[in-house]
Amino acid sequence: MTGTRSTARIGLLVAAWIVRLVAIILVIATFNFVLVRAAPGDPAMVMAGQSGAADPKILDDLRKEYGLDKPYLVQLGTHLARVLTLDLGYSYRQRRPVLDLILERLPATLLLTLTAFCLALLIGTTLGALAGLVAGSIADTVFTVLSLLLYATPVFWLGLMLVLVFSVTLGWLPPFGYETINAKHTAIERIFDIMKHMIMPVISLAAIYLAIYARLMRSSIIEVSHQDFIKTARAKGLARPRIVVSHMLRNALVPVVTVAGMQAGALVGGAVVIETVFAWPGLGRLTFEAVLQRDYPVLLGIFLILSVIVIALNLVTDLIYRLIDPRMTTEAA
Amino acid sequence: MNRREFTAAMLAASAAIPLGITRAAGQPKGGTLNTIIQPEPPILVTAFNQQQPTLTLGGKIYESLLKYGADLKPLPGMAQSWEVSPDGLTYTFKLFPGITFHDGKPMTSEDVVFSCMKVLTETHPRARQNFARVASAEAPDPLTVVFKLKQPFAPFLGCFDCTSAPIVPKHIYEGTEFRKNPMNDKAIGTGPFKLKEWVRGSHVHLVRHDGYYRKDQPYLDEIIYRIIPDSASRALALENGTVQLVQWSDVEFFDVQRFKSQKNLAYTTKGYEYFAPHQWLEMNNRVAPMNDKRFRQAVMHLIDRDAMNKRVYFGNAKVATGPISSKTKFYDPKVKRYDFSVEKAITLLDEMGLKPGANGKRAEIKYLVPPYGEVYQRAGEFFRQSFSKAGIDLVLVGTDMAGWADKVGNWDYEMTQNLLYQLGDPALGVARTYISSNIKKGILFSNTQGYSNPEVDRLFEEAAVALDEAKRQELYSKVQQILVEEVPVAWTLELEYPIIYDKAFKEIVTTGIGSHETFGSVYKS
Repeated sequence: MTGTRSTARIGLLVAAWIVRLVAIILVIATFNFVLVRAAPGDPAMVMAGQSGAADPKILDDLRKEYGLDKPYLVQLGTHLARVLTLDLGYSYRQRRPVLDLILERLPATLLLTLTAFCLALLIGTTLGALAGLVAGSIADTVFTVLSLLLYATPVFWLGLMLVLVFSVTLGWLPPFGYETINAKHTAIERIFDIMKHMIMPVISLAAIYLAIYARLMRSSIIEVSHQDFIKTARAKGLARPRIVVSHMLRNALVPVVTVAGMQAGALVGGAVVIETVFAWPGLGRLTFEAVLQRDYPVLLGIFLILSVIVIALNLVTDLIYRLIDPRMTTEAA
Repeated sequence: MNRREFTAAMLAASAAIPLGITRAAGQPKGGTLNTIIQPEPPILVTAFNQQQPTLTLGGKIYESLLKYGADLKPLPGMAQSWEVSPDGLTYTFKLFPGITFHDGKPMTSEDVVFSCMKVLTETHPRARQNFARVASAEAPDPLTVVFKLKQPFAPFLGCFDCTSAPIVPKHIYEGTEFRKNPMNDKAIGTGPFKLKEWVRGSHVHLVRHDGYYRKDQPYLDEIIYRIIPDSASRALALENGTVQLVQWSDVEFFDVQRFKSQKNLAYTTKGYEYFAPHQWLEMNNRVAPMNDKRFRQAVMHLIDRDAMNKRVYFGNAKVATGPISSKTKFYDPKVKRYDFSVEKAITLLDEMGLKPGANGKRAEIKYLVPPYGEVYQRAGEFFRQSFSKAGIDLVLVGTDMAGWADKVGNWDYEMTQNLLYQLGDPALGVARTYISSNIKKGILFSNTQGYSNPEVDRLFEEAAVALDEAKRQELYSKVQQILVEEVPVAWTLELEYPIIYDKAFKEIVTTGIGSHETFGSVYKS
């Protein structure tokens, strides 16, 4: 009897969570629709513009085909109904299902951004922690200057400089692209080929985030090192490595995880510049082109997918909080 | 076309055929051409999208009945010969035998009639206007197409290049919603190259169409179009040999000079004769002070177009003298010239009563900067500097592509810059900007500035239907004189886009449509 009640309760909780998720997604979808449509411009006219000629009948036909001739609220209703049925619609410009377009580009973007993100997080927090532990030393000063420099370096400039050095001058790395086109590679060779293509875009993208996490971690470590519980640990005679790993790092990581969680979502959709410089076939370029073309279905589809990713990442961030700081679980309970 | 000209055209056509066959012998086969496409086309079917990259790429996949030389005279395309009736109403085309689509099905006159009269009239704005003049189109036998016009239309023979009238397979499109046909992804044409693979955001891979009807062609095995969005990366790709050909604005104007001196590369501005990109400062003629002819004439005097060419376009242009490009038909150099003279401009402005106010300014005008790259921004700054010398304050307003199209198409602007192709004949590419019947709100690249002159309308209409070339020249000369006097727009430059390619590749530019050509005759030495 108790088991049944417990299962029912879990079921209710899951149902409530799903309802809340659907409601959030619908609100986001509505907000996206209003936002996207608030920008001036008519997709049919953009397409006509690109053709160098326009004809009233063809413009009307296009608007009818896209449903742009219908009242605004009807268009919004159609959009929300599609979202509920997981139908992202057709691209005006490319005349293909939006989901196909996104799924084609998403892997390349995830590969690039997640690698850069993990790299930045790992190296940034490690360097930041080391600098924080020797705060005030020459090494810390050098670290502070370098991280500031890295933070201030424009991403596109860094990308172009890397190309200039490693592709043009040294000829070590391919200047752009995702992989060698038309190459007859085995699976293993292909993986190495893609990795070779990834090096420069990943470094360019990771640089600024690495600087952010490093600086954040440094100040967080310095702050934590002055806390009472650290003094207590020292007074108790705990070994320094144990104090650092078990007490300082865990606590210092909380703000880093917060910022990283927020930035991870932005990273997925925000690699436009790097994708442009390195001709990387990712989602950023697709978004940029869809904005220019007023390709509403593609834009709305990308926004929706990104929203879902951000919601999922928030969930992951919450879980990580609880892993590194058990107090949060207790508080939540 | 009179009888003498018709005979000459026939001789030219018959001469071109053996020439093609002679060339076919002995050219080395094989090789890959790597080039660039930017921005990435949305679709490869040129019947449904006429964006420049779509045409460059689609030109290898889709063909039409004719091609045009640098002199804009017709050459055989899929039609090996053609006849025009003396009254200029009936056009009969004879197709080459043995033409097949990429799916192996034969291409016949039925496909031509279906493409021109059913598909293009629904999906292709330019073709729709051209084929609206056709009373009937027939396919009496598989290799013959007959178009009968409602009334003579002199440039009708100029409407059959692969960008204006691409032929699509009837067996694939008949009875379907053309734009939504799932076979659009396959891009089935008759061209020398067929689509092998399109990795979106990365590249488009074309390979040889083995069933191509021209003997031994294509010579190349494959063409790879790389999608490289950043202009610095594109220049680098050409420099280090990753790509062997760039066209249109693949490389920025300021980069062209250094490639001219790169030893392994050839440079030409040929191959743009059909399009003849013509640029101008567009002024909304409905709005004061642009509604006064004297103001527009003053604008012509205020722009030092030689300096603009040197400083903004790095010499990749020629000064335009009027509405018709010197690269196209019926250009007349004997028109009024507006020299660069701030004094003359000030005299005109004073004459119309546009005197400087207390702040020294005569007028403040909003200039909508076209969102097509840095060069347009620089041109806007050049105009602002030029106009300031006469007390006209140009306020640059930025926008994106959709915003620009919306504002210009709906006449919600004061000044902007515009560029149109001349399309081989003033009746096809020039008249549309100046005739009153083309003042259509919401339609981009129409007479958006709102200029209207019944005499100009009459001259353009008469010239479009006159069959005698001398008569047409006379009419177009008159219209050029009137327009240059009235300055509906301030013509600035005839842009000379480059084609830069590795010297190992031959026959890159063979006609007036340059890089939009089929590339069937391109070979690697």
